[in-house]
Amino acid sequence: MYTYTDFDAAFVRERNAQFRAQVERRIDGSLTEDEFKPLRLMNGLYLQLHAYMLRVAIPYGTVSARQMRQLAHIAETWDKGYGHFTTRQNIQYNWPKLRDVPDILDALGEVGMHAIQTSGNTIRNVTADHFAGAAADEIADPRPVAELLRQWSTDHPEFQFLPRKFKIAITGSPNDRAVTKAHDIGLRMVERDGARGFEVVVGGGLGRTPMIGKVVRNFLPAADLLPYVEAVVSVWNLLGRRDNKYKSRIKITVHEHGIDDIRARVEERFAAIRPSFSGIDQKILTQIEAQFQAPDFTQASTVAYDAAYAENSSFRSWADTNLTAHRNSDYAIVSISLKAHGATPGDASADQMRVMADLAETYGHDELRISHEQNVILPHVHKSHLPDLYAALQESGLATANIGLISDIIACPGMDYCALATARSIPIAQEIATRFDELKIEHDIGHLKIKISGCINACGHHHVGHIGILGLDRAGVENYQVTLGGDHTETAAVGERAGRGFSAEEIVPAIERLVGAYLDMRTGHEETFLETYRRLGAAPFKAALYPAERKAA
Amino acid sequence: MPKSFSPSVVTANDLLIGDVIYLTAQDGWSRDLADAELITDEAHAQIRLIDANAQPGTVVGAYLAEMSANQQPTHFREDFRRTGPSNYAHGKQVGALPGPLAQGEEVMR
Ligand code: HEM
Ligand code: SF4
Repeated sequence: MYTYTDFDAAFVRERNAQFRAQVERRIDGSLTEDEFKPLRLMNGLYLQLHAYMLRVAIPYGTVSARQMRQLAHIAETWDKGYGHFTTRQNIQYNWPKLRDVPDILDALGEVGMHAIQTSGNTIRNVTADHFAGAAADEIADPRPVAELLRQWSTDHPEFQFLPRKFKIAITGSPNDRAVTKAHDIGLRMVERDGARGFEVVVGGGLGRTPMIGKVVRNFLPAADLLPYVEAVVSVWNLLGRRDNKYKSRIKITVHEHGIDDIRARVEERFAAIRPSFSGIDQKILTQIEAQFQAPDFTQASTVAYDAAYAENSSFRSWADTNLTAHRNSDYAIVSISLKAHGATPGDASADQMRVMADLAETYGHDELRISHEQNVILPHVHKSHLPDLYAALQESGLATANIGLISDIIACPGMDYCALATARSIPIAQEIATRFDELKIEHDIGHLKIKISGCINACGHHHVGHIGILGLDRAGVENYQVTLGGDHTETAAVGERAGRGFSAEEIVPAIERLVGAYLDMRTGHEETFLETYRRLGAAPFKAALYPAERKAA
Repeated sequence: MPKSFSPSVVTANDLLIGDVIYLTAQDGWSRDLADAELITDEAHAQIRLIDANAQPGTVVGAYLAEMSANQQPTHFREDFRRTGPSNYAHGKQVGALPGPLAQGEEVMR
């Protein structure tokens, strides 16, 4: 795993010292809030409804046991004993006090972590497939490239005052688990004639104007990546609208100019700057790659796993939903659900973080991942350890067998924390999960993604949920709008609005009707909600959502 | 007659702690909405807002929040602000401040 170089460590230390001084100057009155706000945002510190919120980057979602323990320590020492994992592979602390933040940043720095560029009009934390380096379906681990991009973008002088924030996601697998098509730049590793390269997608995004990214280059040789990405960012940096923040993201630039025009400009810029990349970036990449070596995989029998799978039905159920094929067939990728029924999606207590850290050390080659779906992953577990691992997870309330199911909901903080929210998201997620758990039908329903945002900014990815829920304020009352048929994978699609919104009391029964309609209409257990939706279209689902209106019509 | 002005309080977040606070009639700040000065006159409200913003060392983001005549929030956002999050018994609803867990606050397992 990547460890900080002396340069990285010194850089983070210096930034922390600067921020400590800035906090002091804010408190003694030498800085106004208007002066201080951009400085704190650059360091990941927001002011939310009830308190400050610190957003800590987890680059490409990878953490070690030691780092996870430090996150637990921070949660306990300066916050209320838990942290919230987000769709951007960050952890957010909801309750830090201003004076404690420099200490928290120092504590993060001790384990090679920081909160830089988690906010502001910069290139944000580069996200990657959470199964990177482990998945059976992967061409290669995309994280070295993500790290190269992080080093290139951090404090890049040309890109500190971009028209708006800029988000990059990368995957090394044809099965897109990194939502690359909803990012400003999405990079998908592909192979052509035995050579490795990237499909480059630009102009995706969610928010108030959701857009699926468009392919700007279908095969970019791997060695051209950095100059090409730089060309994209610099074309947008010139064209991107600074007059209107709702029109400033690259998705609007692409939409307004057309992908062909953007492609021509990018290629021209690329041709101009390519020669100045002398290959140093590739040397650095080679050094980085050395730090992402696969662990020394254990060779051992997997009979203990086979026996437990045959005998223990709850273990089997968990294995069926929470394990993913590893590229080493004696291994499995374990998803630890942070979505116990009725719990806040993405929250982990300090104790749970420590348990996960211990388990990663004992059974998982010291590696953990944070997924954009707000779960924690142990990417490398030998199958022989799975029964013991499962037992340990059960003891800590971490063995919920629901990955990919209806209760594995993404929900943003919404109006329980977020100052921008128009309605709450968390209680809706809690109620849906609790209700379908009571009905005991979630395994029968199968693969179904519900995603909830508390405002149009779409942090909860509702546009790409099979069922999306958007919380709005309608005349002073919380109101929930449903979208259908969204998809966050390689077949990405933006969901279609179903119709009028529902009150907080109506929304869970409405979702129940929708799911009931799916169960009635599917051709069989193998046909997923999304497949049924694509086969039949929106009409029968709308009819289920609005039965009274249908009768009246 | 100017167009009707809804009763309001001046509210903000505490600079150091982040907590929701309200301007009192005595020019202090309270964490409890019940202690806030209920302002019914628009001109006076503007003056109180200026007073609040003149204390940048104490408060962040002061604004006027609408209340009913008996000093209850008219909008759910203000109701949540004076209560705390609905997913845990943290913050104001159990008499606690931001920062580490305090007496009475829910321990997340
Ligand atoms: C609680 C404090 C938060 C604030 C103030 C905030 C603010 C915003 C804003 C203003 C946008 C729209 C930006 C734009 O389109 O230009 C946005 C988008 C987004 N945020 Fe957040 N957010 C918060 C929390 C979160 C959390 C907790 C997550 C993860 C669960 C998250 C993930 C995202 C994502 C994925 C987008 C969509 C980006 C896109 O437009 O493509 N945010 N956020
Ligand atoms: S979607 Fe809106 S409510 Fe939810 S976290 Fe983002 S900004 Fe806040």
